[in-house]
Formats: sequence, structure tokens, C-alpha cells
Amino acid sequence: MATSSKLNAKIPEGTIENKWTKYRSTVHLVNPSNKRSLEVIVVGSGLAGSSAAASLAEMGYKVKVFCYQDSPRRAHSIAAQGGINAAKNYQNDGDSVYRLFYDTIKGGDYRAREANVHRLAEVSSGIIDQCVAQGVPFAREYGGTLSNRSFGGTQVQRTFYAAGQTGQQLLLGAYSALQRQVGMGAVQLLARHEMMDVVTIDGKARGIIARDLVTGKLERHFGHAVLLCTGGYGNVFYLSTNAMGCNVTAAWKAHKKGAFFGNPCYTQIHPTCIPVSGDHQSKLTLMSESLRNDGRIWVPKKKDDARKAVDIPEEERDYYLERRYPAFGNLVPRDVASRAAKERCDAGYGVGASKMAVYLDFAANTERYGKIEATKLNLQNPSKAEIMRLGKEVVKEKYGNLFDMYKQITDENPYEMPMRIYPAVHYTMGGLWVDYNLMTTVEGLYALGEANFSDHGANRLGASALMQGLADGYFVIPYTIGDYLSEEIRTKAIPTDNEAFVKAEKEVQDRIDTLLNIKGTKTVDHFHKRLGKIMWEKCGMARNKEGLQWAISEIQKLKKEFWNEVRVPGTNNEFNTELEKAHRVADFIELGELMCIDALNRNESCGGHFREEFQTEEGEALRDDDNFAYVAAWEFKGESNFELHKEELKYENIKIAARSYK
Amino acid sequence: MSHGNMNLTLKVWKQKNKDSKGTFETYNVKGISPDMSFLEMFDVLNEQLITEGKEPIAFDHDCREGICGMCSMYINGRPHGPKGGVTTCQLHMRSFNNGDTIVVEPWRGAAFPVIKDLAVDRSSFDRIMAAGGFVSVNTGNAKDANNILIPKDDADTAFNAAACIGCGACVAACKNSSAMLFVSAKVSQLSLLPQGKIEKQDRVLNMVKQMDEEGFGNCTNTGACEAECPKSISLENIARMNREYLGSSFFQNK
Repeated sequence: MATSSKLNAKIPEGTIENKWTKYRSTVHLVNPSNKRSLEVIVVGSGLAGSSAAASLAEMGYKVKVFCYQDSPRRAHSIAAQGGINAAKNYQNDGDSVYRLFYDTIKGGDYRAREANVHRLAEVSSGIIDQCVAQGVPFAREYGGTLSNRSFGGTQVQRTFYAAGQTGQQLLLGAYSALQRQVGMGAVQLLARHEMMDVVTIDGKARGIIARDLVTGKLERHFGHAVLLCTGGYGNVFYLSTNAMGCNVTAAWKAHKKGAFFGNPCYTQIHPTCIPVSGDHQSKLTLMSESLRNDGRIWVPKKKDDARKAVDIPEEERDYYLERRYPAFGNLVPRDVASRAAKERCDAGYGVGASKMAVYLDFAANTERYGKIEATKLNLQNPSKAEIMRLGKEVVKEKYGNLFDMYKQITDENPYEMPMRIYPAVHYTMGGLWVDYNLMTTVEGLYALGEANFSDHGANRLGASALMQGLADGYFVIPYTIGDYLSEEIRTKAIPTDNEAFVKAEKEVQDRIDTLLNIKGTKTVDHFHKRLGKIMWEKCGMARNKEGLQWAISEIQKLKKEFWNEVRVPGTNNEFNTELEKAHRVADFIELGELMCIDALNRNESCGGHFREEFQTEEGEALRDDDNFAYVAAWEFKGESNFELHKEELKYENIKIAARSYK
Repeated sequence: MSHGNMNLTLKVWKQKNKDSKGTFETYNVKGISPDMSFLEMFDVLNEQLITEGKEPIAFDHDCREGICGMCSMYINGRPHGPKGGVTTCQLHMRSFNNGDTIVVEPWRGAAFPVIKDLAVDRSSFDRIMAAGGFVSVNTGNAKDANNILIPKDDADTAFNAAACIGCGACVAACKNSSAMLFVSAKVSQLSLLPQGKIEKQDRVLNMVKQMDEEGFGNCTNTGACEAECPKSISLENIARMNREYLGSSFFQNK
């Protein structure tokens, strides 16, 4: 297999250990006086966007930041719970850059690019240093050093955390760095602004059209480079752990302007979420993967067992992860854990009213912690009740906020009975195709964080999203953007009355007018829910040829119906949240079709992409490395017309092998 | 679409934009499930309004898991409603009874102008942060993280202050519309940590100055902010900030 001539990943020469060091020491620089006249647009203010904007502004570039929320601090990175990985080896348990690199490639089921992942592992350590310097209050030991915990898919403790609010604390750190630059006048902040299109001139990204969400006014903004840090597209499924506003619109507009979309079918279904409780549900809530450190996952051995969980004796429980994967047990990667839960529920062993849930049980470890505490306190022959009381204190200290959240949502007390959990859409490994510099196939247009496809292959390991977002923003783009901008120092700011801006704005305006004038009978949410149902059933945890073909034709019908029958109330010249949603859902519909096309093309199972036709006798994902060890990068050619380009994945440092967690 | 049997009357603040006058409108919603969140109940109402050809109610929301700080309803006279320690998105309809009349307003305060209906402009908080809510450290300047040892108690106290989600419930709850709890949480977090101590005097002076310029009121130690804070941010932070502010003003030599 050869890589398409349209894709040049620009991976530097040299050994894997030296590529990045050598590259960043030799990449072209922009001198400080020239930086002052170079303008960079950053769309999105999550970990990738805030960290990139702050770092670029510190370096001297003129930066504009756009976010659809009322403040950059609301970006959905804030909701990440469990932690952030870094190869610090503070625990002296054998961690290293190589091991983090290896775990990430293996966790991604050998579908990620080696050079990018190794760089990620190399810069991981500096991220923790940077965050601590900013005042991020990570969890600490009594000696004052940083604390670590375990996460899925690894056998070392390399995850740094701040209770169950790690994403919040990291984002507030990046946000504070960003606000510092805003205060110094180096960054112009445009909150409640949504990017509506990318403007390209002579094949290069030169700015964006944004809509002021309060007034509805369309604005033209020039930039020498445009960075899309706009997160993932999990909301294509309607129900996901994403925030309500998370959307694919910026990435999709870029795609239609020439940026190839990489591996759109790679979706992460997170194993531990609170199950769906009814039709009214607007989103799903994650229970951090860190809970799998101390929670044991099980279902009854008997079908339709109506007894309460606590009344089912030990020998009648099936701890199916521990049974199937003794080496990693409850800490197998997310894709494996999710599929195993689905398998048990489909086989009729699910629990709860819907039978679509499994138990996550803390009783055994609560007792273990209680005994340790009793020993510390020199208690002789403590009663079971006493042990459990002491153990609950420890569990509360570790996971208190998550337990509270569970109780708030389900009205059940997880200290007394096991949690009920079920997999839910959480993260998208796919995204805009980028080269080693994080540049898309449109010159001057970059994608960072979850918005790009680059580091997680077909499955992301826990606590690696925060790592990648901040790596891209703090430590990759500040160097790699120089490669492009050093060639742009003679480009004067292009006035926004340039015809490319005028044309792009008119196209946006036309689309708004079209949406408002359909005046149909069905709401935007009506269409979004139907799209979500198609995607979840046919392009979710298990996929097959027939289902995907059906989904493609259903989505095409849905698209037609949307553009004929949607009702968007109100006008353009006001705060109009239905109009915002209509734009986003229209783009999700088109993306949904491409996801199914990609899933149909990939005749293998890997990571989060499970094709029922391709599995081992034991029901594990069956890869086809001879034919599918490539990145699928899709080029937009017109309505429902996408052309596949392949980037061959070469494994020169890790032996490609069947993934085993047994 | 819903599977519930609660019927409710809502009196909701409607206001076209910041320049127009607002008024209460009355709506009836039927078939609400006790398992719905308060915002999902609003989703049901808005779907109903759109289908009837009426204008939906504008409100802010995003993560719907209690952490982004975007939702902001003032429900029956209390920010984020009757249940303590939760945001509106984590308030469930089981906290209400069938037949209830519920009054829903936006945050009120001179520094939080209404954008539309229940959505308000909280950019004043961002400007306070830009005035000093940070440690002045550029990317790349950091030394190894474990070179800074921090006593666990200090780290935990700093974390508790850092848990603030910037929703503005403290301002909405305060009879003076004071932002002292919000500002003091950030001041406390950073001044408790060695990384933040170096510039703590400038920080508190600059943030308080900006807070005053934005039009927030004074603190008169009522404690409504702490009582209504969805993240239980402690009043002790205000005491700590006052000490720092006095000390910094006294020693200020600029």
C-alpha cells in the first residue's frame, strides 16, 4: 500500500527518540519583531485552544480567540474528570517515555502515527510542570509531592489528578494564562461567537466568518493562520457525554473547504456512564474511569435475576472482565470494557429496569480500605459495620464528588448499593487529518486537540485527552507554526473587503436565510434525535455492512427532510439558540453519512470500530493489518461524494501485534 | 415525548434584549417526569412552544453535568433552585411537586445585564480574571513539578477554593450583588500556593479594583453567597481576601 500523493505527513527524519528534538531545534523561526505583525485566529477555548492562544500570545503573535460559550472557561474540557497522563515515573514503577508511547500505540490498536505519539509522550512531562507552575492544585501526598493513580490500558501509575475535576483545574489553569494575555492586550477575546466558515485565498486559510451569537451579526476576521481547537463530534449521536453545544461545524466547514477528514468512524464509547433513564434525556453523564481502580464490574450469573444486587451471593456473580482479561481485569481499555458490557446485556444478563446496565461495585474495596484503616487505628476485632464505615470514609475522600453526582442523577446511594452503568458515546478519535505540524490539507489551517485525528488511533486510553490537548497547545504548535509563518512575514494583513471574505459571508447569510425560511413543522431537536438513533444503532458499538448501508440511505433521506421540514423560529438579528442548533445539526447530518461510509470501507475491527463480520472466535476485534494499516483521509468532492486517500501507517519502533489484555 | 405525570405552571421572565423591558409570562407544562432535570423540563416546554409557533425561552446551559457554570436560573427566589449544592442542570424535577407554580428569573445585578430572557452577560468575571487571576508564568518556564513541595492541607484548601465554577450564583444571591465570593476564591487558591505567593499583593489589589469598576456591590457579611453556592465555596475565602487586601494596601509602595 502506498500513501496518497495528496498526503504528506512531513514526519522528520531520524530515530524516533531524536525526531522531535532535532526538528524543533531546526524548524524555521519568526523573529520577535515580525511576530508582532502576524495574526493568528484560534477557534475554541478548551485545553488545546486556550493553551495555544496563551502560548502564541506570550511569544508575541497577535491572537484572536473565539468561543461559542459566554466565557472561554466553559469549554467542555472542563468536564474531564479522572486525570492526565505523564511519563514522570514518580512512582518508580517502570514508566518511561517509551512505555507511554508503547501503551498509547497499543491502546489505539495500532492505528496511530508513531512519530506523533512519541512526541506526545516526550512532552507529557513538561505539561505537568507547566500546570503546577500555574497553580493547578493537583492531588498531593502528605510529603508534599504529587499523587498518581492508575487508569485503563496501562500497568503503571502515571495519572495526575485533582479529585474528580482534573479537566476543570487544567482548563482553569490554561484559561488563567489566556486571560493574562487578554489583560495585556495580546489576545482579543470574542466569546459568544461561532465560526461559520473558513475563508481561503489562493489555497491558504486567511480568516473566518464568525457570527456574534448575541446580535446575530456576521463578522469577517483575517488571520495569517487559523487554528481549529473545536473538540470532537460525539454529539452526532445526540446522546453523549459531550456538552449540549459541542459540535462539528468548524471542522466540517474546514472539510468542505479542502481539509481532509481522518478516520471519522473511530468513536470512543466509554464504558462507565449512567444509563439512559427515559426519552426525555438530553445528555449522558460519565462516571470517571478512575472508579474502575476500586470498582468491580459484574452481572448476575443467572438471566433476569430479580434480586437486589446486595442479595446476590458472591458465587452467583459474574465478574466478566476479571474472568475474560485476568492480566488487566477491570482496567482493560475502554473499547474492550464497553464491548464486554454490551455482550453481557445483549445476552440477557443486564440489570436494572431497562436491563441495559451492569454493576460497578465498590463493596469489596470499601472493605479492604476499611481493614487497612482499622489496622492503622489499632482496632482489635472490628465489626464488619465498623470496617465498612471506615472504608466508606476512604472511598468518599477519593471519589466523593462522583458518588454525589451519581446520587443526584439516579436518586440511589452508591455507598450502599452498586452503581449501574452502561457505555455511552464519549470521545471521537477521528477528526481533521493533520501532518506532523498539525496542519490540515489546507495550508495555514491547523487542527489541535480532539479536533484532529492524530494521536489515539482507533481507541484513546483514559487520561490521554487532556495530555494531547495541552501538548498540542503548549508544546507543539508554538514550534511547528513557525515552519509556516516564517514564510508569511511578507504577507500584509488582507483587508476583509477582499472578495473571498465577501463571498464567504454571503454564503453563510444565504444559508441562514434558507434555514429561517423553511418554516416547516418539525423542530431541530426532532431531527437531531432521529440522526442520533440511526447512528447509535447502526454506527455505534457494533457495526455491520447491511446496517451501515441502510444508515447511509436513511441519513440521506433525513437530510432531505431536514431541509424541507425543519422549523427555526425567530430571526437572524437576535440571540437565537434554535438557529445555532439548526446550523450544527445540518452539519452533523452530513458528517453522520461520512462516518458510516468510513465504517463501511474499513473491513476490519480495530479499537472503537467493531465490525461484527470481523471478530475472533472469542468475540475480540479482528484487525486486518495487511489491508487496513492506514489512516482513511476523506476528501469532500460534493454532496454525498467523498474520495478516500490513504496514509500508510509504518511501525518501525513497535512490533505490530494482536492486542491482548488477557 | 415525555413519560411523566407532573403538571406545572411556570412564570418565566421574558426580555427581548438588554435594552428592552422584561415581563413575566405564564406557561403550563404537562407530562413531566420526576427524573428529568430542570433544564430538560425547559427542553420539553421549548419543543412545545416551537411546535405551537411560539417563541422558545432563551437560557444558558452547556455541560449539563454541573461543572461548566453556564446555567444560571433564579428559581423561586434562589439561584439554581431549592436544592443546596447543585447547579440548575443537576436539579431534578423530583425536587418539586405536581401542580407547583415555579417562578424563573435571570441572575439580577448591574454587572450582569440580561442578554435575552434568562441569559445574562457575565463577561465582567472574565475581565476580573484578566486583571490578576493568574500566576505570571510563560509556557516553558516551569521547573520539575516535584521541586515545589506543597503541604497536603494547603493543596486541599487551594483545591476547594479552585472548585468555583464561575456561575455567578453568589452575585445573584447577594442583596448587594457583590462578587466577593468569586474573587476571593481565586485570590485564596493562588495565595495559598507557593507559586502564587510572589505576586499576591498586586493580584488582590488589581482584581478588587476591576471588581469595583464592573459595578459589583460591597460585601456586608450576610453569607447568602456561601449558602447558595453550588460548589460550597467557603466564606473563609472572603476573610482571607480581606486580610490580604488590607495588608497589600498598607504595604503598597507603588
